[in-house]
Amino acid sequence: MNATILTNVVDALPQFEGYVYPNERTFHPLWSVLIVVYPYITGLVAGAFIMASLVRVFKVKALEPIYRLALLTALAFMLCATLPLLCHLGHPERCFEIMMTPHFSSPMAMFGFVYAWYLMAVLLLELWFDYRRDFVEWSKTETGLRGIIYRAFTLGVTDLSEPALRLDARMGRIISVVGIPSAFLLHGYVGFIFGSIKANPWWGNPLMPIIFILSAVVSGMALCVFAYMVLCWVRRITADMRCLDLMISFLFYAMVLDAAIEGLDWLHRLYSAEEGIEVLKSVASSKLFYTLLIGQACLGTLVPLLLLGTMQLIRKKVADLNRRRVYFSSTVLILIGVLAMRWNVVIGGQLFSKSLRGFMSYKMEFSGHEGWWLSVALIALPFIVLTVFIKFFLAQDLPTLENVVPGATPRTGSHPAQA
Amino acid sequence: MSEHITRRAVLKNLAAMVGGILAMPAARTCKAAVQHGLASSRAPAGYDPFKHKWLMALDVDRCIGCGLCVEACCRENGVPEGHWRTWIERYVITKPKAGSGETRGETMVDSPDGGKEGFTESLVPKEDILKSFFVPKLCNLCEHSPCTQVCPVGATFEAPDGAVLVDKNYCIGCGFCIQACPYGCRFLNPETHTADKCTLCYHRITRGLKPACVEICPSQARIFGDLKNPVPDDPLQRFIANNQVEELKKSLGTGPRVIYAGLDEEVR
Repeated sequence: MNATILTNVVDALPQFEGYVYPNERTFHPLWSVLIVVYPYITGLVAGAFIMASLVRVFKVKALEPIYRLALLTALAFMLCATLPLLCHLGHPERCFEIMMTPHFSSPMAMFGFVYAWYLMAVLLLELWFDYRRDFVEWSKTETGLRGIIYRAFTLGVTDLSEPALRLDARMGRIISVVGIPSAFLLHGYVGFIFGSIKANPWWGNPLMPIIFILSAVVSGMALCVFAYMVLCWVRRITADMRCLDLMISFLFYAMVLDAAIEGLDWLHRLYSAEEGIEVLKSVASSKLFYTLLIGQACLGTLVPLLLLGTMQLIRKKVADLNRRRVYFSSTVLILIGVLAMRWNVVIGGQLFSKSLRGFMSYKMEFSGHEGWWLSVALIALPFIVLTVFIKFFLAQDLPTLENVVPGATPRTGSHPAQA
Repeated sequence: MSEHITRRAVLKNLAAMVGGILAMPAARTCKAAVQHGLASSRAPAGYDPFKHKWLMALDVDRCIGCGLCVEACCRENGVPEGHWRTWIERYVITKPKAGSGETRGETMVDSPDGGKEGFTESLVPKEDILKSFFVPKLCNLCEHSPCTQVCPVGATFEAPDGAVLVDKNYCIGCGFCIQACPYGCRFLNPETHTADKCTLCYHRITRGLKPACVEICPSQARIFGDLKNPVPDDPLQRFIANNQVEELKKSLGTGPRVIYAGLDEEVR
């Protein structure tokens, strides 16, 4: 009874203002929260991979402690990247048509290929070449399920001679070099899905793929910092401050670039003031006030920029513990800010009518197939997968694994920010 | 490095490039054949889409907003409740305030229930109305359809006769085409979970009949014809000759095959 009353009250609230095309009068946007989660997860993959590439391609030695963690993070999120899309499709059972009969003029058609390429030819291969030596070593010492898994993952290649190991290292580097443009491609195309829609002035914008790539790099780097700090906290070891400081530096400069390009986008929109700018301004300042101005611009961008920028200037004067606290809170804010950015792009573009005469609203369902619970589960899933990966491939008790978190020293602590 | 570049190697590469270019038409034909086999237009056997070019013309000055076309469309095509393959918009433009220096006042648009039941009298007092008119809307049958361009599987396509169709047995229901349509003509059918839109009553026009909305319009505001097979004293040709014809959202370059006469600048 109460539920019925609540439904009636919700339905009675104004859903539309002004004139919207009759087909736009739906109860929730066509692309709902699942399509917010999808580019968020994909972006985290691309960003985490870029972080790992800094070690391999640009030989940033100080970041070696997080190399494997970054790659495993990218893989865990990559494996879950398609799930929101699949849950959203009207006919998920027909999803393979995208790969069997792709329509090459569609940005979405290339998804299957870019995804398969990135997963199979970049992530899995790079991880395999990197781990092969360890798999061989571990398969000799480990028994039970672990032993079976490691033995299977050697794929029968147990040669640990000097030339074989040299080849592993060389292949790893080549794949990393190929992987960087692939990561840009993976997320640039996600931006192009929105940027290519000229019917929608909120989306149709050549800067969209670039904005998506940059925000992906920012979010992925922040995720690596977050994962590293949480891992150190769980294992009660002190994080390698040299590594952490350097990660934060890269994150800060990526953020500066990202904020500059997003600012340029808005500057251009406001200055050129094309048809529909009044609608866009209205959406930004009222409908998306909390997620765009507060969530994305202030908490997700300005505050972390100020915090991390200050740390760049006075790093040496701040104690390690306080620095870690600032880093941890900044990365959490950045991760939330980028999620807000995805929300603003995806949902914001569906809060006004293409007639440019009216507005729609979005009341997210709590349960249901496009609801709050499913999206939270889909965001949580990659973290669970990552935990399993860490258990198996970054375990502390494995013999040859000095590089789990090298430089880290045992400690006791109780909060990630203190890790 | 330079000693590796030989004439033979250059010629080989050039030959490979030419071979690739020559193979493209064959590849495209294969792709078209596969699409033809997989995507169905449901036209009757014997109908040759290459021998027709359909066009819809709408005379804004003739539309009386009775809503019969909308009702006929819904009945003919079993359009689900709350969705529209065609609809009618009412524009009410008020007089400018005295001394405002404007040419017109506020523009109010509505389309209650898609105009299916007609329109009740406007809330704006008659003496305040500068002008008011009805605009029928439907799929614009774009020559360069943004909707077919973005379909990831080719389930929606432009038929050679100008109709833009969706194969509901092939559509994956991603909604990309609905987002890409600038005119709000597509919707996700809640029964089939696939994209849906006006087909120009393809099941009728391929059998020599007119679309349901054209057939029922009492004021001949909708004119439909075949540009490749004009009839004597063709109403479509007369319409084009006697009117300044326009299309919706021209700046987007979609090339609509639905043309309007008497369109006001406020119509989007």
